[in-house]
Amino acid sequence: MSASAEVIAGIFIFVGTIISLISAIGLVRLPDVYTRSHAGSKSSTLGVLSVLVGTLLYFVISEGYFSIRLILGIVFVFLTAPVAAHVICRAAYRSNVPLTETSAEDQLKDYFEQQSKEVNE
Amino acid sequence: MSLQITLNLIIAFMWMFLTESYQFPSFLTGFIIGAFLLFLLRRFIPSRFYLYRVWKFVSLILLFIKELIKSNVSIVKLVYQPKRTYNPGIFALPIDLKTNWEIAILTSLISLTPGTLSVAISDDNSLVYIHAMDLQDDKKEIESIKDSFEKAIMEVTR
Repeated sequence: MSASAEVIAGIFIFVGTIISLISAIGLVRLPDVYTRSHAGSKSSTLGVLSVLVGTLLYFVISEGYFSIRLILGIVFVFLTAPVAAHVICRAAYRSNVPLTETSAEDQLKDYFEQQSKEVNE
Repeated sequence: MSLQITLNLIIAFMWMFLTESYQFPSFLTGFIIGAFLLFLLRRFIPSRFYLYRVWKFVSLILLFIKELIKSNVSIVKLVYQPKRTYNPGIFALPIDLKTNWEIAILTSLISLTPGTLSVAISDDNSLVYIHAMDLQDDKKEIESIKDSFEKAIMEVTR
């Protein structure tokens, strides 16, 4: 009973740590703020989710204890991570952080320029 | 929707009082009977039968988990490429959703799906500006995914 719990939880937690490692490598390798927050928001969300699910399954199988707090943790990570990425990207764009040189097009630029012109008038 | 849930709960409690057993199984029996009665009387109740929406909500969550796993696979591919071959960029996506609540859900889902990240929303709530990892290749594909999300959210909320 506890052996199967260890195997299942081990697989989940291992996958979670691998995804978190990939996210960290992505933060080093990608060129600018926006591409980095791609890596930061998606991969770390799934990594944390996987670790928490592994912990939940371990306690359910080995001790029969169903932890609501872990479920709440999963839900809160899901709610807050994309909003945090959105806010960081928006703040970076507002303070004129440039995109990389390889960027193809930028439709947001016209919108913000028009808006700041309206504010100045 | 909340009216239908309240009605269903009231029917379940009535069933508990009628059978004079105050345990969870009799509550569940009453709840199932109430859902069946509401399904029979759905023509007289404003808006749709609510379990349909619950079902749509569950399928939206499943779609979302599938897209989240796909997005992580694509991030792995990008990070471990020896050379940078992708062209990131920001494009505008017109949306039909109206309320703030729906737009918040849509931008969160966009941020957690493959190759896209919501950066800003225009003041009149008609455009979402999306930062895409590889703009040339899969702009069409990204837009089709957004359409499916938008449709799924609309089926839940109205």
